[in-house]
Amino acid sequence: MSETTAVTAEPVEVWITGIGLATSLGEGLDANWEALNSGQMNVDEKGFAPYIVHPWAKVNLEAQIPKKEQRQMEAWQRIGTYAAGLALDSAGLKGNKDILSRMDMIVAAGGGERDISVDTAILNAEAEGNCTPGFLNDRLMSDLRPTLFLAQLSNLLAGNIAISHGVCGTSRTFMGEEVAGVDAFKIALARIAGGQSDIALVGGSHNGERKDLLVLYEFGDYNLKNEFKPVWARNEHPGFALGSAGAFLVLESRPHAEARGAKPLARLSKVVADRARRKEAGAVTGTLDRLWSALGVHETPGAIITGATGAEPVTSEERAFLDHHKAFAVRSSGTRFGHSMEAQFALGLALAALSISRGALFAPGDTSGVETDMTAAPTQIVVVGAGHYRGEGMALVEAVK
Amino acid sequence: MSVRDKFGRPVVVVTGMGIVTSLGAGKSDNWTKLVAGESGIRTITRFPIDGLKTTMAGTVDFVPVAPFTSTGLSERLGHMAVEEAIAQAGIGSKGDFPGPLFLAVAPVEIEWPQRLELAHEVGGTQFTYDDLLKACGGGKFVNYHHRFLFGSVADSLSDTFGTKGSPISLSTACASGATAIQLGVEAIRRGETDVALCAATEGSVNPEGLVRFSLLSALSTQNDPPQAASKPFSKNRDGFVMAEGAGALVLESYDAAVARGAKILGVVAGCGELTDSFHRTRSSPDGKPIIGCIRKALADAGMAPEQIDHINAHGTATPENDKMEYVGVSAVFGERASRIPVSSNKSMVGHTISAAGAVEAIISLLTLEHQLIPPTINYDIPDPAIPFDVVGNTARAARVTTVMSNSFGFGGQNASLILTREPA
Repeated sequence: MSETTAVTAEPVEVWITGIGLATSLGEGLDANWEALNSGQMNVDEKGFAPYIVHPWAKVNLEAQIPKKEQRQMEAWQRIGTYAAGLALDSAGLKGNKDILSRMDMIVAAGGGERDISVDTAILNAEAEGNCTPGFLNDRLMSDLRPTLFLAQLSNLLAGNIAISHGVCGTSRTFMGEEVAGVDAFKIALARIAGGQSDIALVGGSHNGERKDLLVLYEFGDYNLKNEFKPVWARNEHPGFALGSAGAFLVLESRPHAEARGAKPLARLSKVVADRARRKEAGAVTGTLDRLWSALGVHETPGAIITGATGAEPVTSEERAFLDHHKAFAVRSSGTRFGHSMEAQFALGLALAALSISRGALFAPGDTSGVETDMTAAPTQIVVVGAGHYRGEGMALVEAVK
Repeated sequence: MSVRDKFGRPVVVVTGMGIVTSLGAGKSDNWTKLVAGESGIRTITRFPIDGLKTTMAGTVDFVPVAPFTSTGLSERLGHMAVEEAIAQAGIGSKGDFPGPLFLAVAPVEIEWPQRLELAHEVGGTQFTYDDLLKACGGGKFVNYHHRFLFGSVADSLSDTFGTKGSPISLSTACASGATAIQLGVEAIRRGETDVALCAATEGSVNPEGLVRFSLLSALSTQNDPPQAASKPFSKNRDGFVMAEGAGALVLESYDAAVARGAKILGVVAGCGELTDSFHRTRSSPDGKPIIGCIRKALADAGMAPEQIDHINAHGTATPENDKMEYVGVSAVFGERASRIPVSSNKSMVGHTISAAGAVEAIISLLTLEHQLIPPTINYDIPDPAIPFDVVGNTARAARVTTVMSNSFGFGGQNASLILTREPA
């Protein structure tokens, strides 16, 4: 009964014992690692032109999701459910009913795909003069697929993971764009470190190939248009290219992992989050500086993996913060994978843990000078996430001593 | 000396509560109407109801939001509930609440009036989605970006009330309100904070919101009279009634509350949650996840079933939910299941979905305060398959020391809270 425990005197060490990645660069850790180091990109400049997106690399869905369950999901849920399965495989937990039945889960999620053709047809019919009082009701009643709602509900990604993989201890879904991902890890870490949980599946997913999302972000002129450029080279034409990624991690208390003989990929030492008052210039830089101080980063060199969006003014404010830590090699997940919103922080953590477990930082993603080579094996990596509109967070991932 | 529960954790108490439902704004108004057995369900007037199978809801029509958006209404309702809760707690200073915010809120998306506005901006007919997309930028609709971000309601509450740190917006469907409270309880038990603001809000009665539940056959269609539609535990129940509302609670460690001389309104003694992986909308037929959820809540409170003397039921009035709630409760409570007074507030206020867990926790705490159990109205034809001691139609005076409040939602979300008057 994981909730009924005394407050522990000393925080329990928390290990990352599983990573699941299904992204625009491929599925699994090897494919993503090789793509990162070979400079591979997967950018679609035409399909949604003038907007640029990173399409999901197709997988054999049946490897993780039974066919009848796939039919109940939209793409964002399939991406996440697939990646969650990979994380469980990676942690050696697939099918382990004893552990899965008490495993906690926190998912960072937005909402699901709308039926674009239904929306467009209704709007056109209205424009043609269909404006009787019951017009919208009639069309929605007849045109919406009854189960579409379940593919749109934020908490149904977690629901689908429970159904497909049997993760059924507890289930919580956090919303609120990028920082939802930070808070998901912050709470999961705090619960395990504080003895309220032994093991948790945490992550998120995002489908960037969605015009309904482009509409939302275009309201604020946030979409990257016309030509792809690395995040650090978007000063003149700021914005983000929506990414498609599922990223899940298995977090586990060290004693729990040791008892089942699980090997750590890395240690999750600290996660912090805040919300800068962004109306004040420099607020994001100041908040990131304070979060860095709260993180307990060691003096020795390390790396920073940031989910910087390329949107302004936040990206420039983050660069001012990065300038304070020039001894750290920087990598942008946004350049390589696009901006996966709620999933971006989980993606950063996955890349950090992967880098530590492989004893190397992956190759720089641009030539602007922000990202430089790192030859030493990183023993600490700071993951940074500053939302395009609100919310900042940071995590420290370390090699297990 | 520090007061701890039997597991050595800080005791978590409630020092402020705020509530808005279809019955009215504030604890006083709501309580008066709840114990009088009044219904807040009415025929929808916010939008045309032509062509709908369900034409009533527990809308909050007395709070003007113009132009109307569901997210805008949930933000407004959230503000009202939080303001009342913080005022009662008397904590912090104006715009400076000394703890984090945990907010249960419905998923957000662009709504039909805004979609239509965009189409009108494009003009003409035979336009494509790409045409709509082209009309979005340039700053004309920038406010819709801010409005329809998932974090927008929490952002607004955090700005106004000055909560600390990164506010958390969460959804566990119909259990969301209970989850918000649970997150606050856990943070205080971990010693991260002495105080937390746990709020939950719902404003989703719009055409598509209603149609979505209607297409899943989840809603009552007994439209006439609307006040009689919600019939928890009755044989002729036929679905839930959508409703709007908000609830907010100020949670504090017992020590912090006592140190500042705050009045303690009740104790959150235990929380339990357990996922059901059987189906997206239906409970496992064996009831095991609900049984496990209730047992986890009891274990977390360090209590035996005998100590629960009232159940504030999830009681949605869907045929499935009420039956499964009985299956779960009876498995844990044995033959006592038919003797514990059970009531469903949803008979009167409807199902406030994301807000329900918090709204019903507050009503449970008011029940403890007044030693009076609000009725389950419309209880005229008891379902013989659910032999609960339902507090039917009129409020019942009772000695209540410990209440269990249940929340079960789509996606296999189960949560139960145990609330007491005094620290154990």
